[in-house]
Amino acid sequence: MSDPSADHHDPAVAFESAKLGVWTFLATEVLLFGALFTAYTVFRMKYPELFRAEHAKLDRVLGGVNTVVLITSSFTVVLGVDAIRRGKARLLEACFGATILLAGVFLCVKYVEYAAKFRHGLYPGTNLFFSLYFMLTGLHGIHVLAGMALLSWVVVLSRRGRLSADYHTPAEMSGLYWHFVDLVWIYLFPLLYLVG
Amino acid sequence: MAHGNGTSRRAYAGVFAALLLLTVVTVLVSYVDLGLWNAIVALLIASAKASLVALFFMHLKGESRLVWGFALVPIVFLVLIILGTLTDTMLR
Repeated sequence: MSDPSADHHDPAVAFESAKLGVWTFLATEVLLFGALFTAYTVFRMKYPELFRAEHAKLDRVLGGVNTVVLITSSFTVVLGVDAIRRGKARLLEACFGATILLAGVFLCVKYVEYAAKFRHGLYPGTNLFFSLYFMLTGLHGIHVLAGMALLSWVVVLSRRGRLSADYHTPAEMSGLYWHFVDLVWIYLFPLLYLVG
Repeated sequence: MAHGNGTSRRAYAGVFAALLLLTVVTVLVSYVDLGLWNAIVALLIASAKASLVALFFMHLKGESRLVWGFALVPIVFLVLIILGTLTDTMLR
């Protein structure tokens, strides 16, 4: 009789299982953000004038800059994963380091935006639009923080020589998560800043 | 362990350029008043960008049907949730 768990020790099977696990987690994330997107859709259709007036108070230039920052950070993740697939650990660390830095820039811009809103007396409780704005961007911001922690962990693993062309599952998986964080912002930016 | 669904670095750069271009386009379009079409165009461009990220950066392009299922099923559910909620709130 062969060992029924033998397949799980096959690196290729382990990699596929890990990937499926991450996609499953991302499915739950879609529904987590989905609840807020549903609230957004319902209230936008009920109060179109409120959304049109309030969305104009957001800074579309800063929002656009942050979109470019996050897209660039996704690109550096892709380059990092490509590097470790070829066994280049130092290049992976540089690329993921750049992503962490860009994530920091994103959060700084977000801080500037939040501070400006507070100065103008716009708080999460001001009206429905700003409740949704702070909830959606706040939840997304927490995901950015989590992503920074995850990518830092991958850099530490790589510094310790644990990642190679043969084994780099943590880099691939945290990359998937980071792209998802980028995906959410790709929808948040037009919905909140551009069309309100 | 080679991963067959690798995209070339040149293709990654192309996707990156397309994402930046679409971002510029969506911002420019938002300054033109198209009425209801503003929201539709913005969502179409966002979905084009999301597809590029999923297909190439997340390597969905070369994935098995099982992974495609895990990627698409939550989107189907999200559409159901939004439509179901709207039929309730809009018809009250």
